[in-house]
Amino acid sequence: MHILLNIADYPFLIYAFVVGGLSALCLSLLGVPLVLKRYSMIGDGLSHVGFGAMSVALALNLAPMYVAVPVVIVAAFLLMRISGNSKINADAAIALISSSAVAIGVLCTSLTGGSNIDIYNYMFGSLLSLSRSDVWFSIAISAAVLVLFVFFYNRVFAMTFDEDFAAATGSKIGIYKSLSALLTAVTVVIGMNLMGTLLVSSLIIFPALTSMRVFRSFRGVVICSAVISLLCAAGGILASCLVAGASAGASIVVVNLLAFIIFAAFGAVSRRACGHKHRT
Amino acid sequence: MELISAKNVSVKYDARAAVRGASFSVSEGDYLCIVGENGTGKSTLLKAILGLVRYEGEISFENGLKRSDLGYLPQQTQVQKGFPASVYEVVLPGCLNRLGRRLFYSAEEKDDARESMRLLGLTDIANRSYRELSGGQQQRTLVARAVCSAKKMIFLDEPVNGLDPTVSRQMYDVIGELNAKQGMTVVMVSHDIDSAVRRSNMILHMDTEVRFFGPSAEYASKFGYKFFQNGGY
Repeated sequence: MHILLNIADYPFLIYAFVVGGLSALCLSLLGVPLVLKRYSMIGDGLSHVGFGAMSVALALNLAPMYVAVPVVIVAAFLLMRISGNSKINADAAIALISSSAVAIGVLCTSLTGGSNIDIYNYMFGSLLSLSRSDVWFSIAISAAVLVLFVFFYNRVFAMTFDEDFAAATGSKIGIYKSLSALLTAVTVVIGMNLMGTLLVSSLIIFPALTSMRVFRSFRGVVICSAVISLLCAAGGILASCLVAGASAGASIVVVNLLAFIIFAAFGAVSRRACGHKHRT
Repeated sequence: MELISAKNVSVKYDARAAVRGASFSVSEGDYLCIVGENGTGKSTLLKAILGLVRYEGEISFENGLKRSDLGYLPQQTQVQKGFPASVYEVVLPGCLNRLGRRLFYSAEEKDDARESMRLLGLTDIANRSYRELSGGQQQRTLVARAVCSAKKMIFLDEPVNGLDPTVSRQMYDVIGELNAKQGMTVVMVSHDIDSAVRRSNMILHMDTEVRFFGPSAEYASKFGYKFFQNGGY
């Protein structure tokens, strides 16, 4: 408790709450269309590519973020293209890209004398890894994601539900797809610092899936995802402060899992109740 | 007045030709049915007209027809069947082509969406979730969206697929009324040849290549014996 009362003395905690909350919020919003279009694995693929890029950057003594962001953006375009192409076995291709990127990253780190601690931190994230510039970067990107998502909400829905219809009736869908690939890539890299490579994709997938258990309109799912994701991120970081040694990323995922179980149970019960009503 | 003219259109999937050398035209007020067996390029031809697949040859929109004048009923995808969205949310993007540079729908556009729902008998289930509807209700929702976006021309890919006979007839009546009363040009893919010939004024019979293109009456007299063999119509 002591640490929370004196939170001002622990700037890294404030950073964690800001970056964690914002990236959870943005990834949950970007995650709704990705999950609904069955592109969930893209987030996972992106974070693995990010891990590779950061490890290589570290080995070459470059700033990890400046290398990871452009590399992951390129990967995002590539993965979206692969997923949209029915001729390629998309999930297999994404798995190959993910594992190759991790392998290259691990090799680079170990061959250049990097420590296992670095690898560990990138894999599982760390509360302490955030710098002041990361915080500003994440605020700027999150503001962009939020504004664009609200502005283009109607187009996001139309394109998620039916890309062909939107294209056939004259929408230029290419630009929106590119924009969403770009924003997802940047947000994943930001989220990686805190959540780690292995866990960041949960921020994309969990809130949308959880909301879909209970909410039945797109608007309901979007709003609920944002709220749940924020609460779970705050709860997870809080838990990792209170329980000595608990990792923030893992705590956030576990809180998300609990939320999912509660929503799934509630959804099942209310559906059964509805079913009875229809029958009688 | 000609709205669409297609000359020597071919579409290939991998190395296999789905459509080969198709030529035809659609005029204002037409009710054109594209008929043929499964896998003979009917839907592909529709997608080529709508610019959704790559094709060789020439398809041109004439007399000021624009993409944003079109309505489209695609075949339902697996993703859509479990989609969390209300009926109203699904129909509203029928106004997407009118947004232009605006970000949000106007009150008038929302009214148009409600009018389309009324036309298809969806008003009572406007707030129900799409994923909880029956197949017929889902199909009517997508038709309402197509009607909402169609200003001059509506493209329908198997509109009565999976519907029972009564609902099918209602669907044909709605489409027929759009064509007769509002002068909407209709292009419909169908494997229900009987209804197609009875309701349309033009027939395009596909078998990878165009087997027949012309007035429905001519098609019926040319291939009519088939229907009598099948029990008549």
